[in-house]
Amino acid sequence: MTAELLLQTVVNATYAASYMALIAVGLVLIFGVMGVINFAHGELYMAGAYTVVALYAGLGIPFFAAVAAGLVFVGLLGLVMEYGLFRPLRDNPLGGLIASIGFLLILQTIAVLGFGIRMRHVPPPTQETIVFLDGVVLTYQRLYVIVAAVVLLSALWLFLRKSKFGWALRACAQDREAAALQGISINQTARLAMFIGAALAGVAGALTAPLVAPAPFMGHAVIITAFIIIIVGGIGSLGGAVLAAILYAFVHTFVTTIYDGTLANIVGLLLMLIVLIVRPTGLFGAKERV
Amino acid sequence: MSEPPASARLYRAGGFILLAAALIVLPHLLSFSQKEILVFLTINILLVSSYRLLTLTGEWSLAHAVIMGIGAYGSALSAKQLGLPVPLSMLMGAGAAGLIAFLLSFPLLRMKGFYFLIGSFAAGEIIRLVWKWSELTWLFGGPKGIKLIPPFPDIEFLSIDFYDPAHYYYLCLIVVTISLIILCRIERSRVGLTFHAIHWQDKLAESVGVNTFRYRMMAFVISAFFAGLAGALYAQYVGTVNPNRFGVEEMVYILIWAIVGGTATFYGPILGVVALTVLNEVVLRALGVDQMRPMLYGAILIVSILFLPNGLESVVPKIKGWLAGRRDRRAAAKRGAKTEQPAQ
Repeated sequence: MTAELLLQTVVNATYAASYMALIAVGLVLIFGVMGVINFAHGELYMAGAYTVVALYAGLGIPFFAAVAAGLVFVGLLGLVMEYGLFRPLRDNPLGGLIASIGFLLILQTIAVLGFGIRMRHVPPPTQETIVFLDGVVLTYQRLYVIVAAVVLLSALWLFLRKSKFGWALRACAQDREAAALQGISINQTARLAMFIGAALAGVAGALTAPLVAPAPFMGHAVIITAFIIIIVGGIGSLGGAVLAAILYAFVHTFVTTIYDGTLANIVGLLLMLIVLIVRPTGLFGAKERV
Repeated sequence: MSEPPASARLYRAGGFILLAAALIVLPHLLSFSQKEILVFLTINILLVSSYRLLTLTGEWSLAHAVIMGIGAYGSALSAKQLGLPVPLSMLMGAGAAGLIAFLLSFPLLRMKGFYFLIGSFAAGEIIRLVWKWSELTWLFGGPKGIKLIPPFPDIEFLSIDFYDPAHYYYLCLIVVTISLIILCRIERSRVGLTFHAIHWQDKLAESVGVNTFRYRMMAFVISAFFAGLAGALYAQYVGTVNPNRFGVEEMVYILIWAIVGGTATFYGPILGVVALTVLNEVVLRALGVDQMRPMLYGAILIVSILFLPNGLESVVPKIKGWLAGRRDRRAAAKRGAKTEQPAQ
């Protein structure tokens, strides 16, 4: 492996880690506050990508306006899930999971009916690239994703640490009943978590749409990756999810570069199985869980 | 448990005979494509019933479709590569599914609940990726899978031709009925009661000396064996298997059947798969909304989990109660008419 290839792989892995972290953090936030594994999270990512397909590639609205629209739209989809599915099933975590599978099928069908079953190619808003060390290439499109991940996740971290809503959210994640006894509205907090979690997946989908060619069933691979990351990081640990996303992205990208993609997927899944066996709480998770 | 009264037993026996007669006559009333659907429905009944055995211990696996696939691949490979006779290769397929489940149970059954759910999902995806892997195309055929699987041998002197879906349906009916009887016996046995105990009170069961790991493994392996048998029946009929056939979509269908039917009773999941297949093939086909089918399935799943959390099976006692209540009321009304007259 030459130095350029090594650096190029590091750059690629950083990009992969960025969008995976956005998705996984949203999933963890939803699980932490509501106790539900959102199986439709990959489809929320898909919905974000299709917002860009419709608004930017279809109607010619500026790219970043389309991304912002994707954020809001997918956040609202999250609110729909919270009102329609997770709130009535609050005491039934398996029920919430199964309802989210139903929602996933609905979103997929809407995408197929609205945009066709084939991949859509979205022209990137900019073709410019940064080249450093003669030969290591970072496209602007990928840089946007990395910057967005850093900015949004830092903002989320500040929000959770410094604001009153953030404190409430973390309190709910620790102990829902105790939080309710302190006068924190569970419904309000769940709404907030669902909106933020869904919106993060939407942004990831919207920003990566020109890079991955959206297709109605793209969410499948995404949800598997997100599961691996949240298990490795420890379900319920936001910092763990970010670290696990970085770890997974590097392992996956390097194995793909050296061997092939299928083997990389197998290695990723094995990584998760090993973590589940050796440390079921995840590498960075709290010790109290099962 | 006390013996039911003789009349109830008689009714029950009569009901079974009627059901058996209906199942034997059924294919003669259907068109060719409907007969094919009937074959798949019979196989799916075995699939979803085997899934239920696992849920008795309280675990929901997301690997069941893949385990069915192991049975299908195992059967196909034994028949095609090893040249074994087809009935034997079907048993090989089921055995392979059981064996893989046995091996998987060591890592997977260390987990519970969500962790088991996601762990089983990962294990299933790994197996699917191995099937697709380009290095192993010589064995599993890559993403395209295995084609031209030898069919079930015809029985010449009885002029039984298993290419005919009606004939294959009878074969499936026999295999599935025997399997269901075995599954039912297991559930009613001491072992089955232990599964229930592990589901509701695993710590208590352990404290009275039940080796919960061994029983959970037993449930996992038995359910995998019968899922593998269902896969083998499928592979030998269709003649081709591929990794995508046993993917997430199939797993979602198994979940939907089990959830919509309910898993508290033996007949719940069967009710679910029959009701949804009839709905799917008769109603939705008539409406001609092929592309919208997943959406309708999703909507059914959501509606049933919201409004019918115990499944279709929870409706059965209600109907029974309603019928019994009506009978009682009618009887009461008669009696009332008799007793009230002198009072007037």
